[in-house]
Amino acid sequence: MATLELRNVNKTYGSGLPDTLKNIELKIGSGEFLILVGPSGCGKSTLMNCIAGLEQISGGAILVDDADISGMSPKDRDIAMVFQSYALYPTMNVRDNIAFGLKIRKMTPAAIDEEVARVAKLLQIEHLLGRKPGQLSGGQQQRVAMGRALARRPRIYLFDEPLSNLDAKLRVEMRTEIKLMHQRLKTTTVYVTHDQIEAMTLGDKVAVMKDGLIQQFGTPQQIYNDPANLFVASFIGSPPMNFIPLRLQRQEGRLLALLDSGQGRCELPLGTGEAGLEAREVILGIRPEQISLAGVEGNGLPSIRAQVQVTEPTGPDTLVFVTLNQTKVCCRLAPEFAPQVGESLSLQFDPARVLLFDAETGERLGRGRAPLDTVGTDNIAQFRGR
Amino acid sequence: MSSSLAARRPSLSRLAVYATLIAACLVYLVPLIVMLLTSFKSPDDIRTGNLLSWPEVITGIGWVKAWDAVGGYFWNSVKITVPAVLISTLVGALNGYVLSMWRFRGSQLFFGLLLFGCFLPFQTVLLPASFTLGKLGLASTTTGLVLVHIVYGLAFTTLFFRNYYTSVPQALVQAARLDGAGFFTIFGRILLPMSIPIIMVCLIWQFTQIWNDFLFGVVFASGDAQPITVALNNLVNTSTGAKEYNVDMAAAMIAGLPTLLVYVLAGKYFLRGLTAGAVKG
Repeated sequence: MATLELRNVNKTYGSGLPDTLKNIELKIGSGEFLILVGPSGCGKSTLMNCIAGLEQISGGAILVDDADISGMSPKDRDIAMVFQSYALYPTMNVRDNIAFGLKIRKMTPAAIDEEVARVAKLLQIEHLLGRKPGQLSGGQQQRVAMGRALARRPRIYLFDEPLSNLDAKLRVEMRTEIKLMHQRLKTTTVYVTHDQIEAMTLGDKVAVMKDGLIQQFGTPQQIYNDPANLFVASFIGSPPMNFIPLRLQRQEGRLLALLDSGQGRCELPLGTGEAGLEAREVILGIRPEQISLAGVEGNGLPSIRAQVQVTEPTGPDTLVFVTLNQTKVCCRLAPEFAPQVGESLSLQFDPARVLLFDAETGERLGRGRAPLDTVGTDNIAQFRGR
Repeated sequence: MSSSLAARRPSLSRLAVYATLIAACLVYLVPLIVMLLTSFKSPDDIRTGNLLSWPEVITGIGWVKAWDAVGGYFWNSVKITVPAVLISTLVGALNGYVLSMWRFRGSQLFFGLLLFGCFLPFQTVLLPASFTLGKLGLASTTTGLVLVHIVYGLAFTTLFFRNYYTSVPQALVQAARLDGAGFFTIFGRILLPMSIPIIMVCLIWQFTQIWNDFLFGVVFASGDAQPITVALNNLVNTSTGAKEYNVDMAAAMIAGLPTLLVYVLAGKYFLRGLTAGAVKG
């Protein structure tokens, strides 16, 4: 297995056209699983094609094991790819599909047979070896496509939205299988998806992309807990983070966010913050699971009464929607405490978990230090244990 | 209930459809029937009977005489048609492969210009072609005629293959490139095996065009190297002696049979190929 590093990679399809990839910088270690995630048109598939060598980069370098491969043709890069459409050779049976790359690399027939058998066993497709791709179901084609990539034992595996053509149930099954496979084989992998759940569950590292730029690169937990900007915060997480536009106030040197539900008001103390913050329009971000029912015993966390407008029971949780500052806000509550529509609830927030974003640029405010007060962090455990 | 009744007793409109179809078939078949009947009649029989009358004595003399007259030219046509069809199909496939899978700067323009060739009337290329053949030292040779047919056919064969390959996912070629396959390996191992329907379309089209060609044959071939279409014309247009319609008809049948045979053998591929790509599987 190998390390992969992208240094200042740029891609443009011609002068005058906007750049498809802009200064992409990232590095993953040997055996790591990198996710490229973003909405369609963000450049993630282009980036993958550049790594594979199917498209040439316009600037920068792609390094595998510290050697620049950006000038090499695809066949010399020793990279295998699983395509979204699987791209199985329609006139060949499964065995020949898997063996095609091995034959071209002039392996002996005995070695090819052995390798095909190994891969077929690994993916449990031994009984399908004689069939043509047209006779296979979507899930089976998916396995064969993975088998073709595995058989070559390349330095890096690329997956281009491999699960997006499968039905929901199969997608979850294959997701777990891909993860199991990676844990067992420890292969360096780059995986493109637009599905944030795949990004969170599969990746060691996640690069969130938009408009050809990497918005944030980090572990799934970093991306989830510490998003760099509004886009990352809204893209990762389901149901998505709530965004409440408001203007901060300053009282006795402390920043306050004022929330109004129509039934009550509450002030969230947000620490001292940087100067001038109170004059700006900001967006307050809070995840649905970080809003809880106010407990009976007082724990010092600010709370607010609000009227329930819609409830959506999902089974493990019930999503409850209320209105704060004229914005619809989703709260994720335990089903046993789920209220009825029209009922009035007391909700509480932990100011330490609240994020602030610049309303104009979408950038996180005060990221990387602790501008916000750490009031109530000790009480979180108690509340999350509900 | 009503549908099962309708299935048992064809309605009036259904009968009208069948009647129209049968009438159309007859219109097409009558000339063939007349030719076949006449070719097996004796000259006396032809003079006394009418076009559709059954031969009084069935005789093969017309066919024997016709084969004597045009048989040699039949083989000329084979020698012209087979290489011209095969080469133009193969080169057209390669062209189509490049124009769909390995697009280069200006490839769309190139394809557009090539399409022009489909609309050029034969007559317009006669002089430039004969000039070129003269320069190449191929004037009045079978090779020269084959070359003209290949070049003229390329516009069509390229169009067929290019459009067929446009419906083949690009990912197949990309996967093969990552598997280490080169330009010709991908063409030979991945794309050609998928191309049977369009190869059949191309073969039938080119065979029909080249076998039935008269103009290029009469201009670019001379004497004993002429194709059967030219020989047939010479035979039928002889002004000396009595007209032997049975021989003319038999010779025309001999000239037309190979095309007919190709359609019968490969016709199902022809239809399949023409509709391929219309519905994605």
